Amino acid sequence: MSALITSSRISGAEIVKELAFFAVIALLMSVMILGVETVDRPTGLELAVRWDLVITAIISTIIGRLALIIRREHISRIGQAVLITVAAVAVFEMFVRFREMDDRWASPVFIDMAFGSVTSIVLAIAFIAIVFAIAYFSMKKVAAEEEESGSNLSAKIQLAYRTNTKKIGALGIVFFIIFPFLFGENRSAIDLATLVMIYIMLGWGLNIVVGLAGLLDLGYVAFYAVGAYSYALLSQHFDLSFWLCLPLAGIFAASFGIILGFPVLRLRGDYLAIVTLGFGEIIRVVLINWYDLTGGPDGISSIERPSFFGLAEFDRRLPEGVMGFNELFGLDYSTMHRLIFLYYLILVLALVTAFVTVRLRKLPIGRAWEALREDEIACRSLGINPTNTKLSAFAIGAMFGGFAGAFFATRQGFISPESFTFLESAVILAIVVLGGMGSQIGVVLAAIVMIGFPEMFRELAEYRMLIFGAGMVAIMLWRPRGLLSFRDPTILLNMSKKEKVAGEVK
Amino acid sequence: MDWAYFLQQLINGLTLGAIYGLIAIGYTMVYGIIGMINFAHGEIYMLGAFHSLITFLICQAAGISGILPLTLLLMLFVSMVLTSIYGWGVERIAYRPLRGSFRLAALISAIGMSIFLQNFVQISQGARVKPMQPLIEGGITLMESPNFNVQLSYMQIVIIVLTFVLMVVFSTLIAKTSLGRAQRACEQDRTMAGLLGVNVDRTISTTFVMGAALAAVAGMMVTLYYGVIDFYIGFLAGVKAFTAAVLGGIGSLPGAMLGGLLIGLIEAFWSGYLTIEYKDVATFGILVLVLIFRPWGLLGKPEVEKV
Amino acid sequence: MTDNVQLEVEHLTMRFGGLVAIDDLSFTARKREITAIIGPNGAGKTTVFNCLTGFYVPTEGRLTLYANDGPRLLERMEGFRIPRNNGVARTFQNIRLFTGMTVLENLIVAQHNQLMEASAFSLAGLFNLGRYTSAEKEALETAKFWLNKVGLYEQADWNAGNLPYGSQRRLEIARAMCVNPSLLCLDEPAAGLNPRESAELNILLQSIRDDQGIGLLLIEHDMSVVMKISDHVIVLDYGKKIADGNPEAVKNDPAVIRAYLGEDEDDELPPEVAADLHLDPNA
Repeated sequence: MSALITSSRISGAEIVKELAFFAVIALLMSVMILGVETVDRPTGLELAVRWDLVITAIISTIIGRLALIIRREHISRIGQAVLITVAAVAVFEMFVRFREMDDRWASPVFIDMAFGSVTSIVLAIAFIAIVFAIAYFSMKKVAAEEEESGSNLSAKIQLAYRTNTKKIGALGIVFFIIFPFLFGENRSAIDLATLVMIYIMLGWGLNIVVGLAGLLDLGYVAFYAVGAYSYALLSQHFDLSFWLCLPLAGIFAASFGIILGFPVLRLRGDYLAIVTLGFGEIIRVVLINWYDLTGGPDGISSIERPSFFGLAEFDRRLPEGVMGFNELFGLDYSTMHRLIFLYYLILVLALVTAFVTVRLRKLPIGRAWEALREDEIACRSLGINPTNTKLSAFAIGAMFGGFAGAFFATRQGFISPESFTFLESAVILAIVVLGGMGSQIGVVLAAIVMIGFPEMFRELAEYRMLIFGAGMVAIMLWRPRGLLSFRDPTILLNMSKKEKVAGEVK
Repeated sequence: MDWAYFLQQLINGLTLGAIYGLIAIGYTMVYGIIGMINFAHGEIYMLGAFHSLITFLICQAAGISGILPLTLLLMLFVSMVLTSIYGWGVERIAYRPLRGSFRLAALISAIGMSIFLQNFVQISQGARVKPMQPLIEGGITLMESPNFNVQLSYMQIVIIVLTFVLMVVFSTLIAKTSLGRAQRACEQDRTMAGLLGVNVDRTISTTFVMGAALAAVAGMMVTLYYGVIDFYIGFLAGVKAFTAAVLGGIGSLPGAMLGGLLIGLIEAFWSGYLTIEYKDVATFGILVLVLIFRPWGLLGKPEVEKV
Repeated sequence: MTDNVQLEVEHLTMRFGGLVAIDDLSFTARKREITAIIGPNGAGKTTVFNCLTGFYVPTEGRLTLYANDGPRLLERMEGFRIPRNNGVARTFQNIRLFTGMTVLENLIVAQHNQLMEASAFSLAGLFNLGRYTSAEKEALETAKFWLNKVGLYEQADWNAGNLPYGSQRRLEIARAMCVNPSLLCLDEPAAGLNPRESAELNILLQSIRDDQGIGLLLIEHDMSVVMKISDHVIVLDYGKKIADGNPEAVKNDPAVIRAYLGEDEDDELPPEVAADLHLDPNA
């Protein structure tokens, strides 16, 4: 094998050595956490052994490393084909293994085959030969394309995306507006769309703080919680309507943002992150323990639903003199009316967030946020007050979080501290980061992928956070500023936007 | 004032503080050398706890759990080695490629790693709390008062002594060996250290490995001390240990230990005399106050802003 | 003569722990003049700037700026207020541009405070009220003026980080001028420039002095710049002023020559200088 690969800077023996090293690492990392399961029994914990998982981990590591070696070293075509064939055999091995889960101690299939009948030996050789041939002949193309069109293609996509962001945004808005007309009868579709929209709004809100001002806020969920609890409490204790509470919730959340932000915004990036995380946790602990006010872990239930702008109600049975929504518009009663109304409500709230963000970015305050993200010292030398500027980003982000919280409370009708854990902050942050810091459309895509898909593929729900975490790492490694993080200038003098973008892409 | 009660809180606080201190050293060393918060360090500690638990169960299945010293040594050794590899792997995968990239990227990658590891353990080992029978039982009654006996358990002695020994070993390692010298050189100026022939990558990897090994010890001690662990213990312990590192002065080894002890004491006394529910709030409160009024901590040096 | 003073530094001292970076320094800089501060590396020049622009709080001493509406004390003022309320703008030794933003945006960010007021803290701007649009137009005019002045009009839409080094230096000066300062502090503006760029810089700085009527404070190593354009030179060595006067006089001052060329015998150095030398050979 080594003779086949010796074309470039790395010899076959070195490759084998490298692979063996990482195989051992994978073995050591997985041998206990994956290889042994602790099982609860009435008598205490017991062990169950899962060697198949360890083997899978090792094989995946080897394949991953191989791929890396192929990319890193400019290995000859034959060498690459050999490596790919080895990987393919390993993958095949794994698939067979998964299908024969009951037989965990089986020896590798290829060894079985080699000692089996002539037919099986022929089959095995044929398999290897075919894979090798495909790998070998496709390799030339790939190598050639990677130089030319590989980067070119992504440049074309980037150019198309960046010159048409407005159109793409408009199309998206139209889609979300007509969504209830397409799926109006499907309750779960509307529910899901509403949920996704809440996260889009939260993502856009946090985007102001993280994407524009460059402040890593790990406690964003605190403002969401403040919004939700302010509405729930105001409506329960003072009987205020949703329409009055909505701005109040935003104001409360923003004030919280200012109170929390004032002492800590002087801190450097990562300190700020950990302090905001701390604040998020403090608020949650207080919500759990301040039983008299918040109901503790039980939360607050039967929170009032919003009326149709105070003109009509959505309930089926109404007291005398109260207009029903269906009466107002001369429709038959349907429980969907309220849900669709709520969907439009969050859509409008989210769009307001987006509109304000886009507008603010082109105003002095937005430019100052971005300048601050780039260089705080330079900002100070230009007379920009860093604390106030950061504070404004923090407060505005918090305000939108508060709006979203109030909406969440009224839609669910029930809130408890469980909805406001650190994980929630991490999810919102992941949406912003994966989408591309500062990118509005990126947030929408990330929210759909991260909230929508797991809800659709429930069987994967268990792996959702695992994939989140891995995705966050992978995207940072691949594109440290997020997937769609292209910065468009806020003002241009000589060029059109298209020219500017074209100049950057190339 | 009930002195017996006070003394008991003091003992409990010191024990807890020793554990926090061990984790805090990992934060402080990593921060010192690459200037970032290793957000996944709490998860490393959690993995240490799981490794020691599983090692114990294997010993039990193999029938050697009767020989207590052997079992304890095996638990210590296996969890330190295997957890170190996780520490090494985390640096290799999530941080090294982002060294020199912009700050937030590495931090976000660290958070992603933390979420990943937490869920990895949750899925592979189950979300339920894992119980563990007490291995080291009994203790010394230090003081008898009419309504309260002050207990110093053998477990607490083991924790405090082991922590002390490890502290001495690691301080010597950093003060006296060439590895420690390389580490301190990288802290000062990574580029220059590299130019002078220090293998910077390896030094940073070693730092992660050392931090993870200490966190593994902390994880094992928590498993033995409290007798329950789950996949989520890393989060809170991580934040508290980080607070300890900041309180002591990030980058300073004795500072981390001092901060750990202080946080442990504050938590024990807060729970003992005030409301136990708000003990976490107390820790976070301290973190915020320290960062606002003395961001360089008790034993750290203030940083002069480079313009 | 006194009414012509722009900046008065009295007994300025700055200590970092045991290190005395500036030791009882006093000097004045006059309006519509270029005052150069020179001295060997580590003489404390940039520290003077950092004290002046609020990045460091001086250990002792008084810094008085004579703005149009009377004297102001700078030494205890928050950093950002110094450019905002008093019109002291600066550049940095290691250029600090907003590299990801365009050249034009850099110049508009510098006019943040006027624009912020005009946008009524974003409310008027959010709804595009006329008051804000006219202010923005004005800011754009100012930016264009300086773009032309430093010869970067064509590159206005480039990202600042993509400019060549010399242009970045000029852009940083233009950005500082957009703050509308009464005193401009330049930290080694000619560092890394080739002779042609250096000559252009001379013209630019003279024009800022003569056409804009602004006082300049200049840290510079490039003697071709210093001697040609400065009206007044101050020489620092180990945090102390060793000479002060017009370029001709300073050039021939024996203390200056000694500081730059060194001395044969160590014992002729003042004792604290010798002590510092032992403490920190790089200082």
